[in-house]
Amino acid sequence: MNDALHVELERDDSVLVMGEDVGRAGGVFRATAGLRDRFGPDRCVDTPLAEAGILGTAVGLCMAGWRPVCEMQYDAFSYPCLDQLITHVGRYRWRTGGGMEFPVTIRMPYGGGVRAPELHDDSPETYYVHTPGVKVAIPSTPADAKGLLAAAIRDPDPVVVLEPKLIYRGVAEEVPEGEHVVPLGRARVAREGSDLTLVAYGAMVALAERAAAGLADEASVEIVDVRTLKPLDEEALLASAAKTGRVVIVQEAPRTCGYGAELAAILAEKAILDLRGPVLRVTGYDVPYPYWQIEDAYMPSIDRVVDAARKLLEF
Amino acid sequence: MAQVFPAERELRRVIGAGHSVPDRALEGVGERELLELYRSLVLLRTYDERSVVYHRQGRIGTYAIFWNHEAMQAGAVHALEEQDWIFPSYRESAIGLLRGMPASTVLSWWRGHPAGWWNPADYNVASICVPIGTHVPHAAGLAWGKRLAGEDAVAIAFFGDGATSEGSFHEGANFAAVMRAPLILFCNNNQWAISTPLDAQTRAETLADKAVGYGMPGVRVDGLDVLAVYEATREAVARARAGDGPTFIEAVHYRAAPHATADDPRVYIDLERVEEERQRECVGRYERYLRRLGVLSDEQAEQIRGEAAETMRRGIAQAEAEPAADVALLFEHAYADGRVAFASELAELRRLTGGTEAVEPDEGPEVQV
Repeated sequence: MNDALHVELERDDSVLVMGEDVGRAGGVFRATAGLRDRFGPDRCVDTPLAEAGILGTAVGLCMAGWRPVCEMQYDAFSYPCLDQLITHVGRYRWRTGGGMEFPVTIRMPYGGGVRAPELHDDSPETYYVHTPGVKVAIPSTPADAKGLLAAAIRDPDPVVVLEPKLIYRGVAEEVPEGEHVVPLGRARVAREGSDLTLVAYGAMVALAERAAAGLADEASVEIVDVRTLKPLDEEALLASAAKTGRVVIVQEAPRTCGYGAELAAILAEKAILDLRGPVLRVTGYDVPYPYWQIEDAYMPSIDRVVDAARKLLEF
Repeated sequence: MAQVFPAERELRRVIGAGHSVPDRALEGVGERELLELYRSLVLLRTYDERSVVYHRQGRIGTYAIFWNHEAMQAGAVHALEEQDWIFPSYRESAIGLLRGMPASTVLSWWRGHPAGWWNPADYNVASICVPIGTHVPHAAGLAWGKRLAGEDAVAIAFFGDGATSEGSFHEGANFAAVMRAPLILFCNNNQWAISTPLDAQTRAETLADKAVGYGMPGVRVDGLDVLAVYEATREAVARARAGDGPTFIEAVHYRAAPHATADDPRVYIDLERVEEERQRECVGRYERYLRRLGVLSDEQAEQIRGEAAETMRRGIAQAEAEPAADVALLFEHAYADGRVAFASELAELRRLTGGTEAVEPDEGPEVQV
């Protein structure tokens, strides 16, 4: 993320980064480290502690010709900004009849599993995806994190980038140097297979990979990493469903009206003749995200994914 | 450096009240400017009164009345330069008219037709903000962004007394102060948020007191005195342009008309007070002032009123002549590539509605705004 921000601020003078503790401290997850020194306090702005104010002023910055990249310190602290997102950010282009662009990027640490106090582990993607006028991306690898953030910053529409906290520190890989853009709206086949598809995004992709390895003796498992939840790469989803005929969706957010429900609905509408069994979901439960001593029971686990896959294979 | 700005108590006034209270002269304002101000007041008044009629005739939808708010709107806008930005709430829906926006655009907005869309950059007037106070951060952001870009532009955000209870007002005001944004926070204190009186909204003695907490000056002005509003805004604009940051202006009056066409204030408001306020209404008050100065003749007044009436006649005719909106507009501007992204939805709608024919809207029930 840090590399992407350095490259994009260098590339385009109208890009600025703003948020709580992004300047002097370099962000609580260090995503903005070094930007203030390199680009100055006007382009890496420590803001007052006010999420709605951050996104609300970003709307005005867009009107003044800037491309703001707003950091929300944690996903579960971002809810005050939903007011601005729903009432203005997703609607302003539309209400100007396309006359004005609002190329704002909203990025935040996302998801659970990091053994933190209450409200540091939510998975709020559905709120964002459900908001018209807004795009949403969730990377699952460091290279995609860089590429999707670059695409978000360059996109003419508002884009929310949810960055899985588990991946900040849990995954290491080489990231392409310099400009690297992963287009929005394209899924990635993270693993090829022929018997069953696991559909996942964010930190659940790595979980799916471990589950697929566990099933290696029983089935050839394909993994589709959604990457961009909106716009969704429907083609990739349907192609994999057509190939394997069996789909298990893995999502760490609560179950009801979660993103998995949307994926399942699309499969029901458009892939019914390709399916050899019901679309199954492995999700978090419809409860507040638990304290960390019992969070493992809440999060989709390898066992739960393997169990669902076996049920479907035996259907 | 932190500063404490004690907020004002007294209401600033320029226009007197006949023999008992003398008029005060306003520096730098000549006959031409005085008449331009009158023209704006009359245009806004005519817009508002005609809109209530159009609503009763079923020609526009639910409408938020701004009768007797014209002095605040015109007085403030006249203190701005063309490059300065206006962020209206729905109470200032027609403020774009003072920037050359056609009346048909605003009437179309109230008719629920996409012809009511405008590009803010064409007039430096942001879209009408419907949810209370949520545009205050936009104005702060624009003002801050213009300053960062080295451009000379200030912004003004209009909102009501009720908005000062909203978190977004607070966040926007605080941001503006911290960023030293060239912003005027213009509070139209008409003392009512639909049916909620000011004393149920705040325990602060004045709304201007809130400015102290943000480290900005809080100014109080008679909201029915267009020249006092003009003068106070002019001062705030000068301060903003000089790089000294935002100012909060509390313009005080008393709402003398319903909140909107769907509202019946008789159940909650003090009707005697309303009658008193109607006697002191701001356009007549300014007109009497101009006549005392000998600046306005009967013929001029007649002509200005006639022009405003004609603007409205043309505006409503034009708005009503708009062809029904094409269904493609559902999708086209939702995203930069809306037409492509929603190609299959649009094709399906076309198939069901037949060709490119637009959907005629049903007459909906009156809704509270």
